[in-house]
Amino acid sequence: MPAFILLTVWTAVRVLGRNRLRAGLTMLGIVIGVGAVIAMVSIGEGAKAAVAQRVASMGTNVIIIFPGAMTTGGVRSGQGGAVTLTVSDALDLKKRIPLLHETGWGKRDVMQIVNGNKNWNGTVNGVSPSYLTIRDWSFTSGGAFTQQDMDTAASVALVGQTTVDNLFDAGEEPVGSVIRIKNMPFRVIGVLAPKGQSAQGSDQDDIIFIPFTAAERKIFGTQFLGSVGAVFASTERQEDLAPAVEQIREVLRLRHRLQPGQEDDFMVRTQVDIGKVQEGASETMTLMLFTIASISLLVGGIGIMNILLVSVTERTREIGVRMAVGAKRRHIMAQFLIEATTISLLGGCLGIVLGVVGARVTSVIAGWPTIISPDTVVTAFAFSVAVGLFFGLYPANKAARLNPIDALRYE
Amino acid sequence: MLIECQDLWKIYRLGDVEVQALRGLNLSIEQGEFVAIMGASGSGKSTLMNILGCLDQPTRGRYSLNGVDVAGLRSDQLAEIRNGQIGFVFQSFNLIPRTSALENAQLPLFYRGMSLREQRAMATSALSRVGLQGREGHYPTQLSGGQQQRVAIARALVAGPSLLLADEPTGNLDTESSREIMAILDALNKEQGMTIILVTHETDIAAYADREIVIKDGRVLLDRNTQAGARPSPSGA
Repeated sequence: MPAFILLTVWTAVRVLGRNRLRAGLTMLGIVIGVGAVIAMVSIGEGAKAAVAQRVASMGTNVIIIFPGAMTTGGVRSGQGGAVTLTVSDALDLKKRIPLLHETGWGKRDVMQIVNGNKNWNGTVNGVSPSYLTIRDWSFTSGGAFTQQDMDTAASVALVGQTTVDNLFDAGEEPVGSVIRIKNMPFRVIGVLAPKGQSAQGSDQDDIIFIPFTAAERKIFGTQFLGSVGAVFASTERQEDLAPAVEQIREVLRLRHRLQPGQEDDFMVRTQVDIGKVQEGASETMTLMLFTIASISLLVGGIGIMNILLVSVTERTREIGVRMAVGAKRRHIMAQFLIEATTISLLGGCLGIVLGVVGARVTSVIAGWPTIISPDTVVTAFAFSVAVGLFFGLYPANKAARLNPIDALRYE
Repeated sequence: MLIECQDLWKIYRLGDVEVQALRGLNLSIEQGEFVAIMGASGSGKSTLMNILGCLDQPTRGRYSLNGVDVAGLRSDQLAEIRNGQIGFVFQSFNLIPRTSALENAQLPLFYRGMSLREQRAMATSALSRVGLQGREGHYPTQLSGGQQQRVAIARALVAGPSLLLADEPTGNLDTESSREIMAILDALNKEQGMTIILVTHETDIAAYADREIVIKDGRVLLDRNTQAGARPSPSGA
């Protein structure tokens, strides 16, 4: 039997080699299908990994609470339009909800920052020291400010990499230098390790952190003392996120004296929620890819079936001869199935090459990250074989069912 | 007894018309005979050949080959009988195009699951038996008609069959090639004792055989010994 398969494969290759154009055109559907799938899955995987990395850059098990819309006499302000979240909300949440490992808060604004003769319009974020822990910020040099800095509203600042790049000359050490924010001098005590883009796509490194108290008193000139832009919290375990969110809502509704039926004047989001939005997007993408792949493989498969039917007709006499000298039905069946599989397999291999090259080219030209996983390649390969077998079945069966006498007489 | 046919019937249905190709034909052929079957077209000789070659089954009657009743066997079993016991030589050679002489001669062995080396060795020796040594790599288009028919004979005898069926083997050949082909068949019969059944309508070709059977209307019309010394005149049939 091995000799039979070997020779049949060899025969199939030669038959295809004789009709190179025909075989090539037949393969094209499979080549394009497999190639498109590999290229697009690689791009999709790359994008997914990038998103996952961004979500992870938020910190671990993070909950974010934003001030919500406020309804005043039927007029609804936009989200964040209310000054409903306060420092005492954050402190009280920590006290009342044991599930919360840490709470922090912050308030941000875009400001002119000056260092010597350079200036930069960057985001200034007044935060509690705990915020830095929740968001997992680390430092390339220097270190975080302390609770004492917070209590004394010290004029100290932590700068992100983008800010450093724009405010300092290359090689200049930011730590120890004094920058001016809204004309107030702040001493740089730490440079933050880069985090890259956020899950929403903004540059997280274009940032300056200063103690919340200093921001409130010296920079922002807040109307309502103690109001914050957002409250951050974290839990020990990911499973705690959902119950923690429920408890946060209860506590805040109570604190904000909201009546039953009245809508929340705040919004709670977890890292998982944000991740899910992205996952949802990539699921849609995957479904789309699957559809494209199915259609192109279907078209490719029909192409194979069509050409095989032609081949069976052309070689009717040959089939008759083979039967006369002792080929059984399964031999004839195997011959055409092997031929179909050879076409689809070759097409699959070319498609893999095309897909890998396509992904690399996209990666280089468009600058998108691409990941070519062996799984994808193996699946694409297996699919192309399956398409060959499936669509080869009908023509092969047709050949095997020929009556040897009629086949021998066929003109 | 190699071949034994008793009351063989073959009935086709062409639309509404029933065609009785064989009507109770009786025939016995011994191992080692060289038989010529003659008859006008439509006489039923092709149908008989198909049945003898296990390509077709009789509608009624008994056909036993080497003591095995062929009627009622499944298509795979028939394929095995064709593969092991019967060699075919056709009028139009029926070589597989764009495939070398060696591979054509290998074909029956190919379906036996034999190792490639054995296949090649046996096919090479079969080709040399028909005088084609050195042409193993030639394609059918590179061979003359006579040479192509010799490849077909090599293919027919490569598996060592007990019966060789030759259907108008010289029908597409010139006189010279015809003589060569008939000499090969004659030698196979005389030297190796291979049973040969030859279908022809040419009396000078039929004359190579030792026995002549004439078929008409699906029955044996004439069955006579034409061995050396008893050869009939060409108009005898």
